Amino acid sequence: MGRALERGARRGRADPAVNTSAAAATEPLHEPALALHVEDLTVAYHGKPVLWDIDVNIPPGVMAAVVGPNGAGKSTLLKAVLGLVPRTAGHVTIHGAPYRQRRRQVAYVPQRTAVDWDFPTTALDVVIMGRYGHLGWFRRPGRAERERALAALDAMGIRDLADRQISQLSGGQQQRVFLARALVQEADLYLLDEPMAGVDAPTERAIVALLQGLRDAGKTLLVVHHDLQTVSDYFDWLVLLNVRVIAQGPVEKVYTAEHLRRTYGGQVALLQREPRNGALGAETAPRVEA
Amino acid sequence: MPLAVWLADHTIQNVVAGAVLLGLVSGVLGSFAVLRQQSLLGDTLAHAALPGICLGFLLAGSRELGVLAGGALLTATLAALAVQALVRFSRLKTDAALGSVLSLFFAVGVVLLTFIQGRADAAQGGLESFLFGQAAATLRSDLWLMGGVTAMALFLVTLFWKELKLVTFDPLFAASVGYPVALLETGLTALIALAVVVGLQMVGVVLMAAMVIAPPVAARQWTRRLEPMVALAGLFGVAAGVSGALISATTPGLATGPLVVLAASAIVLASLLLAPERGLLWEALKRRRDRRALADERLLATLYGLARRHHDPRYPAEQGMLDAYHGVGTRRVLARLAGLGMVRRVVHMPNEGAHWELTEAGQRRARADLSRAEAD
Repeated sequence: MGRALERGARRGRADPAVNTSAAAATEPLHEPALALHVEDLTVAYHGKPVLWDIDVNIPPGVMAAVVGPNGAGKSTLLKAVLGLVPRTAGHVTIHGAPYRQRRRQVAYVPQRTAVDWDFPTTALDVVIMGRYGHLGWFRRPGRAERERALAALDAMGIRDLADRQISQLSGGQQQRVFLARALVQEADLYLLDEPMAGVDAPTERAIVALLQGLRDAGKTLLVVHHDLQTVSDYFDWLVLLNVRVIAQGPVEKVYTAEHLRRTYGGQVALLQREPRNGALGAETAPRVEA
Repeated sequence: MPLAVWLADHTIQNVVAGAVLLGLVSGVLGSFAVLRQQSLLGDTLAHAALPGICLGFLLAGSRELGVLAGGALLTATLAALAVQALVRFSRLKTDAALGSVLSLFFAVGVVLLTFIQGRADAAQGGLESFLFGQAAATLRSDLWLMGGVTAMALFLVTLFWKELKLVTFDPLFAASVGYPVALLETGLTALIALAVVVGLQMVGVVLMAAMVIAPPVAARQWTRRLEPMVALAGLFGVAAGVSGALISATTPGLATGPLVVLAASAIVLASLLLAPERGLLWEALKRRRDRRALADERLLATLYGLARRHHDPRYPAEQGMLDAYHGVGTRRVLARLAGLGMVRRVVHMPNEGAHWELTEAGQRRARADLSRAEAD
């Protein structure tokens, strides 16, 4: 079923939102109706495939979760889209064109632990870095960049921390700074790597509200997420990944016990649970054991 | 020797000028290396320069500084590329790669050095001086080279400031917005190699790394932003260079290079201890302040709770009771709180132990603490 759904999404039949025209091949743009199109992608580290022959298609205007066990290649998928890791095979297009031509329409939030937070700089300064890509070579950020950055900090509810040394921020505050940096990129497609990992509950709520606001404004989001419990509450699109794509599509179709079992193998315990959003009906909801 | 006399001495002028340039360029460039957690890069580059110096000598047949520096730059660059390749294509981590390449290149350098020293025709020219440095051998022409390298490095760092900053802080993000991260990193490494090579004659292969590491580490302690950190690192480098050179010039028999490094280390030590917010001393003081504040808060809460239980805002609590409740002597905390006007000593009954009651201020403070604790 998962395979069929995946093929269906790729052909644009599973969901009316995914409506690729047959004429796309003759146009210079490749799959322009998709915010993100990944085809036959394989990435290997040291000869071992981390992602194996995957297709991912994300229609515009959805908030999609990438879910899978550790080592499933979730972060690698984002990095491969951004060209940060070499692709062994396959191609990626964003709104129909390769990443190099779409760079300014894409914002990337790396894992919070990817940087050294003892770096000597302030929260505001980190957010301003989100404008560096638009500034081009040599041009220094000025008042305009500063004001955008302050507005983004405001949107994340941490404007009062603008001049705070980043080493003095809590984990949740650091994550908000990273999101503010993505906001000032003013992108169409947001790629976020575990934005809710290790943050407190108020920060998680603030982040979800922000991301849903972006989606409602027509942006597309692809979020590596670690908490199966909240997938159907937060997201409307789901990609289940474990080196291969197990299933993808609207959450209510993809979030099934069978798909999750196939994604997580023996790691999933099935527990009775209240039905949520009707996604699983009255049956069981799967849960990952630590 | 009076100041004016030895400032007029050409050798001393050269040494001081060289030390200033070396301190400036290595402090500025070292900041980026240290923040990228590649402190050992300078060490590897310096040690890897030795085989190049020996090869240059074998080619030129004499101690021609241009040729020696060219050789040094060549092997240092090879070493840097080897480190990059090892990190990218093998499973070695950066520190292991740096260490392996350092030992390999240095071993080759020492083999070549002993080979040169063993040759009958050797004009040897004291190549060993490159091991520990020989500042007095600095010539005017060397200063032009050092000055040129310093000016170029400062110019490039200023020009690519924003790019270097982002690549240093968050290389993944930098790559995602289209920065040529590998190119910028290679450029930075090449600049550091250049700075190391021109500094070798003064400080020597073995100690050169300290000039790249110490000033930035000290500067990091005092600032919260990259701009002042880099400026301060350059300044600390200059200060170490000048003081080392001057001490060496005024005290016969003391080598300049090691003195410069000692001066830099003294700056590091002072910075680690004294810097506000990050210094050990500052942290110890803050810990003591926090400990006291906590003890104050707990005792006020106890007094406040007792007063409430007895429906008497000025309930006099006996000191022995407070000691027993807190499990430690409360005399000093009470005395401190009395000094702050939070508690007052009262005579409850003659022939009994000391009693304490909350003042108005103490009650306010206890209420504020409690409501804040609930809010958290």
